[in-house]
Amino acid sequence: MQSETTPGTTPAPAGKTLPGNEAMLSVRNLKKVYKTDGGDIEAVRNLTFDLKAGELACLVGPSGSGKTTLLKCISGLMAPTEGEVLLNGTPVSGPPKKMAVVFQEYGRSLFPWMRVRENVELPLKNQGVPRAERDKLVDDALEAVGLSHVPQSYPWQLSGGMQQRVAIARAVAYQPEVLLMDEPFAAVDAQTRADLEDLIRTVWRKLGVTVLFVTHDIDESVYLGERVIILSSSPTVIQEDLTIDLPDERDQLNTRSLPRFTELRHHVYEQIQLAKQGHRPAAAVQTDSSAGSGAA
Amino acid sequence: MTQEAVTTNSAAPIPRARKQPAKKLPSKQLLGIAGIIGFLLLWELIPRVGIVEPRFLPPASEVIAALITDFGLTAFWVAVGETMLAWAIGLVMSIVLAVVLGFIIGSSMFLRKFTNSTVEFLRPIPSVALIPLAVLLFGVKIESTLMLVVYASFWQVFIQVLYGVADVDNVAMQTAKSYGLGAMARVRHVVFPTALPYLMTGIRLAASVALILAITAELVIGSPGLGREIALAQSGGAISGMYALVLATGLIGVVINLVMRFIERKTLSWHSSIRSEVIV
Ligand SMILES: Nc1ncnc2c1ncn2[C@@H]1O[C@H](COP(=O)(O)OP(=O)(O)OP(=O)(O)O)[C@@H](O)[C@H]1O
Ligand SMILES: [Mg+2]
Repeated sequence: MQSETTPGTTPAPAGKTLPGNEAMLSVRNLKKVYKTDGGDIEAVRNLTFDLKAGELACLVGPSGSGKTTLLKCISGLMAPTEGEVLLNGTPVSGPPKKMAVVFQEYGRSLFPWMRVRENVELPLKNQGVPRAERDKLVDDALEAVGLSHVPQSYPWQLSGGMQQRVAIARAVAYQPEVLLMDEPFAAVDAQTRADLEDLIRTVWRKLGVTVLFVTHDIDESVYLGERVIILSSSPTVIQEDLTIDLPDERDQLNTRSLPRFTELRHHVYEQIQLAKQGHRPAAAVQTDSSAGSGAA
Repeated sequence: MTQEAVTTNSAAPIPRARKQPAKKLPSKQLLGIAGIIGFLLLWELIPRVGIVEPRFLPPASEVIAALITDFGLTAFWVAVGETMLAWAIGLVMSIVLAVVLGFIIGSSMFLRKFTNSTVEFLRPIPSVALIPLAVLLFGVKIESTLMLVVYASFWQVFIQVLYGVADVDNVAMQTAKSYGLGAMARVRHVVFPTALPYLMTGIRLAASVALILAITAELVIGSPGLGREIALAQSGGAISGMYALVLATGLIGVVINLVMRFIERKTLSWHSSIRSEVIV
C-alpha cells in the first residue's frame, strides 16, 4: 500500500486537475486557518483538484477533516487563507450566482417563518423568475423529493428527514450549475436515503449540473459518485482521488451487488481507516486511480 | 397566496396547543370575575362602613355611576381622544426611530460597541426627569407629552431590536447569501423576521409605557388629555369624577394590552413561543 511506504509530512496535491479551461470548478492550493481566541486552527492545509462540467464527485473524510470548511470556501461564503477557487476560470470572491449549497445544518438553513413552499420559492422570487415558471419549478422540486403534500406546513412541523428534503428541493428548484451538498442524507431513513440518492443522480443527469457531494457514508460515496475524493485527517490534504468505474446506469440492488462495487468500497474504507490513523499520502508518488483501485 | 388559505391551514396544529388551557379557561375566567366582584364589594363597603371617609374614597357604585355618566359626555371622549392621540403618535414615532436605529446599529459590530456606553447612560434616565425641559421647549401643548412618550418608549423597542438583530442565525444568513440574496433582501427575509418576535415584545412594553407617560405628562404639565382632566376633577372637588377617570385610564391600559397580545399572536404564528410542537 503506497500510503504506508512513505508516511511523509509533505503535503501532496493529489487531486486530479484538468488542463486549461476544461474545468468547471478548480480548487488550487487551498488552505484555511481559523483564527480563534484559543489560537489558530488549521482546518485545511493544501487542497488542489478540478471538477469538470457535469461531473458528480463525492468527498469523504474523517469528521473534522475540513469538508464543511472546503464547501464554504468554494461557495464564496468564506475567504481561504491561501490559494483560490475558480469557477469557469474566474476567481470566486463571493457567493456565485449559479451555485446552490445544501447545508449540513438543514434545520437552521430553512426559514421557520416561511412555509415549505415559500422556502423553496424564495431564491427564485429573489432572482425575479416569473410566477408561472416559478410555480412549476417549485412544484416539480417538491414532487421530486416526495413532499408535494405539505407545501403549506412550516418546516418545524416536519420531521428531520422531511426538512432536509425541503432544503434539497430548494436547491433543485434553483437550477444551479454547481450543487454543493454537505452530508444531506444524514437524517433520513435507509429507504428514503436510497430514493434520494437516486433522485440526486436523476437530477444530476437531467440538469447536467456539477455536483460535489460530501458524505460520511462510504457505500453512498461509491454508489453515487463518478469519483470519490478522500481527505486525510487534519491537517487536511487529499488522501486519494479515486475514479469510480462502475456502469453509468446505477441501481440500488444490482450496482451494490457488483463485485467491483465491493472492491471500491473496500478500498475507500481502507483509505479512510488509514487517514484516521494519521497516515499521510505519499508526497512523491502521485496517487493514480487505477493503481489505487488495483490495490483493493 | 390568499390569506384565507393561510389561516385555515395554520389552524390545524394550533388548536392542539390550546386544548389544555381551553379546559381550564372557564374556571380561570370565573375566578377572575369573582375576584373583581369581591374587590368592588370591598371598595363599596370600606367607605360605607366608614373605615375611610367617603370624600376621600367614594363607594364603587358612585364611581361607576360617574364613569357611566362620563361615557355620555363629549368632553370625556375628547380627553380620551387627546390622550390616545399623544399615545399613538408618540408610540409610532418611537417605534420608527427605534427600528431604523436598531437595525442599523445592530447590524454593525462597530456601531454596537461605539454606542453601547452612551445607550447604557441615557437609558436609565427616567422620562419624568425631562418634564422641565419639555415645558421649556413646548409649553403645555401635546408636543410636551410626545417628548416624554417618545423618550420612554424608544428604549423599550430599541433594546429589543438590538437583541433581535443579534439573534440572527448564522446558517440562515449563509443560506440567504449563497442563494444570492442581496443586503436588502437579507434584511427583509432573514434579519427582520428573526427580530420580529423581539420587536413585538418591545412594542407591547412600549405601548404600556407610552400610556403611563402620556397620562403623567398631562397630569403634571397640564397638556390636554385624560391626565389633565384628572387633575382638574381633583382640584374642582369632583372626587367621584376623578376616580372615574382613573378607572378609565386603567380600562384603556387593559384594552391596549389585549390588542397588542392579539397582534403579537397573529404576526408570530410561526414563532416558537407559540409553536405547538417542535421537532429538532
Ligand atoms: N468557525 C470556526 N472557527 C474555528 N474553527 C473551526 C470553525 N469551523 C470549523 N472549525 C475547525 O475546523 C476543522 C474542520 O471543521 P469542518 O466543520 O470543516 O469539518 P467537517 O469535515 O465538516 O466535519 P464533519 O464531518 O464532522 O462535519 C475542525 O477542527 C473544526 O474545529
Ligand atoms: Mg461538516
